[in-house]
Amino acid sequence: MNPFEAVVIGSSAGGIKALSMVLAALPREFPLPIIIVQHLHPHSDSYLAHILGSKCELNVKQADEKETINKGVVYLAPPNYHLLIEEDRSFSLSIDKPVTYARPSVDVLFETAIYAYQDKLIAIILTGANNDGSQGVKKIKQIGGYIIVQDPATAEADAMPKAAIAASKVDSILPIEQIGPYLLHLVNRSIRLYRQCH
Amino acid sequence: MDDFETQNIELQLLLKAIYLKYGYDFRNYSKASIKRRVFHRLDKEGLESISAMQHKLLYDVSFFERLLLDLSINVTEMFRDPSFYLALRKFVMPKLKKHSFLKIWHAGCSSGEEVYSMAILLKEEGLYDRTQIYATDMNEVVLKQAKDGIFNISKLKQYTANYQKSGGLESFSDYYMAHYDHVVMDKSLKGNILFSDHNLATDGVFGEMNLILCRNVLIYFNRELQNRVLGLFYDSVSPGGFLCLGSKESIRFSKYSDAFEDVVRIERIYRRLNTDN
Ligand SMILES: C[S@@+](CC[C@H](N)C(=O)[O-])C[C@H]1O[C@@H](n2cnc3c(N)ncnc32)[C@H](O)[C@@H]1O
Repeated sequence: MNPFEAVVIGSSAGGIKALSMVLAALPREFPLPIIIVQHLHPHSDSYLAHILGSKCELNVKQADEKETINKGVVYLAPPNYHLLIEEDRSFSLSIDKPVTYARPSVDVLFETAIYAYQDKLIAIILTGANNDGSQGVKKIKQIGGYIIVQDPATAEADAMPKAAIAASKVDSILPIEQIGPYLLHLVNRSIRLYRQCH
Repeated sequence: MDDFETQNIELQLLLKAIYLKYGYDFRNYSKASIKRRVFHRLDKEGLESISAMQHKLLYDVSFFERLLLDLSINVTEMFRDPSFYLALRKFVMPKLKKHSFLKIWHAGCSSGEEVYSMAILLKEEGLYDRTQIYATDMNEVVLKQAKDGIFNISKLKQYTANYQKSGGLESFSDYYMAHYDHVVMDKSLKGNILFSDHNLATDGVFGEMNLILCRNVLIYFNRELQNRVLGLFYDSVSPGGFLCLGSKESIRFSKYSDAFEDVVRIERIYRRLNTDN
């Protein structure tokens, strides 16, 4: 078994609080990149990076066109652009039309994350009032990635987690406060297992 | 070799087939966007593999035309990024006013929304009558729409808001006629615009421009093709002339970084330095 190589997260309404909680549980030396699509108003600027950066130990930034993806960094999709991942593990951006009414779209990020990371992905769906991400979750599950979904009962808006759960057999459904600690546990365990086998 | 690698080989062959048969060169485009579009087209057409798609596009021109629309990504809007147009008004127009004749090139103009936005701005700044605008794209379907200047009415509300935020001086409705579900842009905006087919990946320079706009096109290219295209712009813009890129694009990672100075950095407005090389 290969260790995981990236975490991708999708969130929408209520997402800023939920993301803050997840990220706050992670240490500065978290060994994977974390790539996030949070739906925002198209003209909002980079305030989300500041908010999230102030809530956790990790370096949080907006993803730049062609930027190389590094571990231990949290990347946010810029407002009004789709964020895509290239096979050489760098970002590209697109102003392609909105997918499920959203730009950036979680589905676009998740689908292209597969091109770069294949099954070595952990995908997380948090609170949100639409069904963006469910198609991406389905595809990541099909190739063998790991899916965590916020328990709809603990979500400020439950449509997005519900749609993800309906679209595929997800691996874990957790209340929001457990997602960060569980993510850390999962990643550390995968690295331990990998070392034992090699 | 796993399926992913096999698919990548198929994709490479597909892009080569498109180039050899139809002359459109997507081989130096960002792969993720192309791949996603190809897979979606595959699903829609019920084809079983990229190789099957290759066969189809070689023998069926109308299929290729559909795929071309998928790959070229023509999404655009009027006065997209109002703060950019505001910066043009404030910092670029006053400099352009010093010239008695102006040439402007919109590269990758898509269906023309950006070009009509510029025409409006030039009118309001009293520059339109001495300007020749060249608007180019590689996709003839969208160029035809641009020439017609007919747009869906559903977006008008957003365009009007954009126009107002961009520093518009008039009432936006002065610039079009509404008919049921569409609007027709005013004829007087079109007189000095020349629409033509030009492919940035394969075609050459356009001479002596005072201003070049190429927004949200470079994001689809890899670094090598970005450098080629920025080279074209360097050769096509006169010394002291302006170059405007999209709000997430930058000249700073290219070979031509030193040849341009910032005019308004966050709006990606640059100016070619006066020196030769
Ligand atoms: C996303 S649109 C951008 C439209 C407009 N400039 C804007 O920012 O709203 C990208 C356009 O670039 C055109 N394009 C892509 N590759 C091109 C090439 N090699 N040469 C010329 N145009 C190209 C596409 O056909 C499409 O119309």
